[in-house]
Amino acid sequence: MKGTNLGEFEELVLLTVASLVNNAYSVAICDELSEHADRTVKLGVVHAVLNRLEEKGLVKSELGQATATRGGKRKRFYFLTGVGKASLVRAKDIRDQLWQKIPTLTLNRIS
Amino acid sequence: MKKKKTANPPTNEKTANLPTNEQKTAHPPKWAARFLAMYCRPELLEDLQGDLTEIFERNLKNRGAFIARLIYMIDVLKFFRSYTVRKPSITYPPGRRLMLASYVKTSGRVITRNKLFSAINIVGMAVSMSVALLVIAVVWDLRSYDNTLKNKQRIYRVVSTFTPEANQPPMKLASTSWKAGTLIRKQIPGIESIAFLRRQFSGDARIGANTVPVSGLYANEGFFDVFSFPLAKGSAGTALKQPNSVVLTESTATKLFGHADPMGKVLKFDTVNYTVTGVLEDIPKLSHIHFEMLVSLSSIKLKDQNNPTSDGDIMDWTNIFSNYVYVLLSKNSDPASFSAALNRLSERQNAAVATHKISLSLQPLKSISIGRPMGNEIGPVVNVIMLYTLAGLALIILLSACFNYTNLSIARSLRRSREVGIRKLIGARRGQVIGQFIAESVILALLSLAFAFCIFLLLRGQFLSFHQILENAFSLKLSPQLVIWFVLLAIVVGLIAGLLPALFYSKINAVQVLKNASSLKVFRHISLRKALVVIQYTFSLIFITATIIGYYQYKGFLRFDLGFSTDNILNIRMQGNKDEYFVKELAALPGVKKISRSVIVSSLGSQYGSNMKFKNPADSASVDLNYIDENYLPLHTYTFLAGRNFTHRQAGAPETETIVNERLIRRFNIGHGDPEKAIGEIVAIGSQKLTIIGVLKDFHYGTLDSDIDPTALRYSAEPGGYINVKVSAANIPATMTSIEAVWKGIDKVHPLDAKFYDDQIEQAYSYFSVMLKIIGFFGLLAVCISSLGLFGMVIYTMEKRVKEIGIRKVLGANDGLLVYLLSKEFLLLLFISALIALPVTWLFFEKLILAKFPYHQPIQIGQLFTGLFIVAGIALAMIGVQTLKIVRLNPANVLKNE
Repeated sequence: MKGTNLGEFEELVLLTVASLVNNAYSVAICDELSEHADRTVKLGVVHAVLNRLEEKGLVKSELGQATATRGGKRKRFYFLTGVGKASLVRAKDIRDQLWQKIPTLTLNRIS
Repeated sequence: MKKKKTANPPTNEKTANLPTNEQKTAHPPKWAARFLAMYCRPELLEDLQGDLTEIFERNLKNRGAFIARLIYMIDVLKFFRSYTVRKPSITYPPGRRLMLASYVKTSGRVITRNKLFSAINIVGMAVSMSVALLVIAVVWDLRSYDNTLKNKQRIYRVVSTFTPEANQPPMKLASTSWKAGTLIRKQIPGIESIAFLRRQFSGDARIGANTVPVSGLYANEGFFDVFSFPLAKGSAGTALKQPNSVVLTESTATKLFGHADPMGKVLKFDTVNYTVTGVLEDIPKLSHIHFEMLVSLSSIKLKDQNNPTSDGDIMDWTNIFSNYVYVLLSKNSDPASFSAALNRLSERQNAAVATHKISLSLQPLKSISIGRPMGNEIGPVVNVIMLYTLAGLALIILLSACFNYTNLSIARSLRRSREVGIRKLIGARRGQVIGQFIAESVILALLSLAFAFCIFLLLRGQFLSFHQILENAFSLKLSPQLVIWFVLLAIVVGLIAGLLPALFYSKINAVQVLKNASSLKVFRHISLRKALVVIQYTFSLIFITATIIGYYQYKGFLRFDLGFSTDNILNIRMQGNKDEYFVKELAALPGVKKISRSVIVSSLGSQYGSNMKFKNPADSASVDLNYIDENYLPLHTYTFLAGRNFTHRQAGAPETETIVNERLIRRFNIGHGDPEKAIGEIVAIGSQKLTIIGVLKDFHYGTLDSDIDPTALRYSAEPGGYINVKVSAANIPATMTSIEAVWKGIDKVHPLDAKFYDDQIEQAYSYFSVMLKIIGFFGLLAVCISSLGLFGMVIYTMEKRVKEIGIRKVLGANDGLLVYLLSKEFLLLLFISALIALPVTWLFFEKLILAKFPYHQPIQIGQLFTGLFIVAGIALAMIGVQTLKIVRLNPANVLKNE
């Protein structure tokens, strides 16, 4: 398996998967990201990332129930794995630690 | 994808007003969807398709169909990435996709399980295919004509188009003049060799004390260059060089000399000795030339000096009736430029001739045996139209059997659609369902082929013995290539038969079928099935009605009043014997009533004619002729309108009188068309001036497909062709035996050739009876096959309606009413077929066939409807039996099990 380090976009997607809970399928993830990140997110990119995350073992997926929409095709829902959860937590920890190191004064001066 | 906000964008209001059906009907572009399905890994495919569709639907709503489609296409292309593209090893190998073994297994099960279905189709297909096999074998035979010859691609026959007078239609003749041949050899370059053939060598060969009749062709020494028939003995280069040499075929050699070596032996014809210089291996049956022996062409000039009566001037440009010229073009010469040279040659020669126009053309060897027959053919020729007709009829029968399969397959969909539904659920694709059904029909067709082959073997003998011509022209031997064609035929038949059912079943919606089989849209196909049944019955009716009408016409021809009597008249061909002694002997026989003589037997299609002029020398017309003696007219009871019969004259006395028919005096306006006044007028027939002494009521000199022509009868005490014997109706066999005994007394070599006039007339129309038999046979097949189909249809339809009938019975419907209810649909189809078939047949006969026969019987309504009654009777019987069986079922039993 490749390194478990997360890229920036990977992290975002992973977070979205976690936040959508039981409704995390590609189009929904894409919509969610577009809304929150306020930037153009291509379905193809999301797809590729999800695929990569699954390869890394950070998410797992299963097909849902067929419905009348989507031309009768089933959705593929993604869930966080334990590893995925751990890597998200670790990423957050790293950031938190770094954040705490920045003196409030310095940050205010920049902005 | 564009940035999207959760709230409906403001533009949505506008687009929401778009017609809703546009949104509903709009689909992603098909090719893009297919492309996606093609490249994408199966495990990713469904999700991806779903995503794209979801976005497509969203775009459709917000931004219109065009943009949505465009984005869909772009997305499909963008998804073409390393992780989505399937690896080559993941694709199904073609074998697994076809699942051939599975198809064969399931087909076998289906065929054995549905015995009725299989039986109906196998019988129908086998019968129709056997006829098609026959047609294929016939075509194969024709294609292999003259195949043993080397250089067959370069052999051409020079044929003539003969226009006797400017206003008359040209005649195509297979023969040409000898002169043309010699001119070609001298003037046109580009030929490797040239062969001359000449008919009319026949006679009695005397070998020591034996006399054996043989016939042959004259041929020059180029013959063996052009035709590579292998010689068993002798040398091809020299065998036909010397005058009075003959080359025998092996069987002729055995006939003449037994097992002794024939080389160098002498045959005597009349007074001339011929030496055997070669022996040919027997000519293959599939050759357009047949002969017992070849006589060197150089013999002719010698013979000609002693025998000036032969055919006039042999070397004349217009003497085109007995010679054949074949050329072997050199490897690099072009047939087109050769033809052009031939045209120039005929133009030069025609300039020297007053009225006749002859133009020469090339006919490739391969198109001799199959094509449009010309006059003076040298061997068997099959009319290409007859072949097309035969093939067309076979095709119709074959299609009829295919229709049966199609109809019955769809009709039993009630049973099979569930199976297809489950197959689809398990994962069969459309292509695989199609494959399965096609495989089924092809396997059934191959099974039928086995039976068809057996029928073909039986049919072959029957076909060959149908007519002497067929027996001579075809061998219908099997060969491996032929068998391959047979198998191909079966496969094509299977494909045609199985195509519609396969498409029908492959479209079945699995969910729907499994939920409720009866909701299946079988009924959408009902008009198709009805159309197929109507087509089948239309053809059956046409065949049957044509046979019946044709039969009455044929009988009408045989019974037709020709203007004279043919009852109990025996025509004996004299075969060159002197008739005086023979007639005297015959007259003494108790069964013989009257005897007359004539040069030909009229009303059989053969003609003998000459040009005639009356007072105006510019007005000449051809008249039909017969030479008769004074007993001929009374014996045949011709009717005189005016004048008298011939009186007896000595043989050799000068000829001065003629008896003509009414048509002739009207043609030349002799005595203003009044028979009484025409007596005593003088006409010139050929170069002979003759006085009209009698006028006969019009009679039929030709067959009934030609108009009555001007006809003149001339007197001859010994015409030498035929003896006409009127025998008493009582004890004909005894009379025949004694006539044969008398014949033996005058001619020991040739067997007696005596035929009753009525039989000869029947023979003259035999092509008509052969045609009738063939069409009748096809009609029988068509009726059988369509009846089988109908039978199956009725059974399957009844199956669907068993419960309905049960309920109707419970509610009080009586049997008669139910039978009517069930069968009226089929009767309607039959009625529609009759509406199409009967007028078509009537028009066909009235406008096309009978228009060629000026003296035909009118078609009667009864004849038109007899066929319909027969076919309807068979159909009714079948429908009736089946419906009664269903109707008689106890409704309690039918309704009990749900």
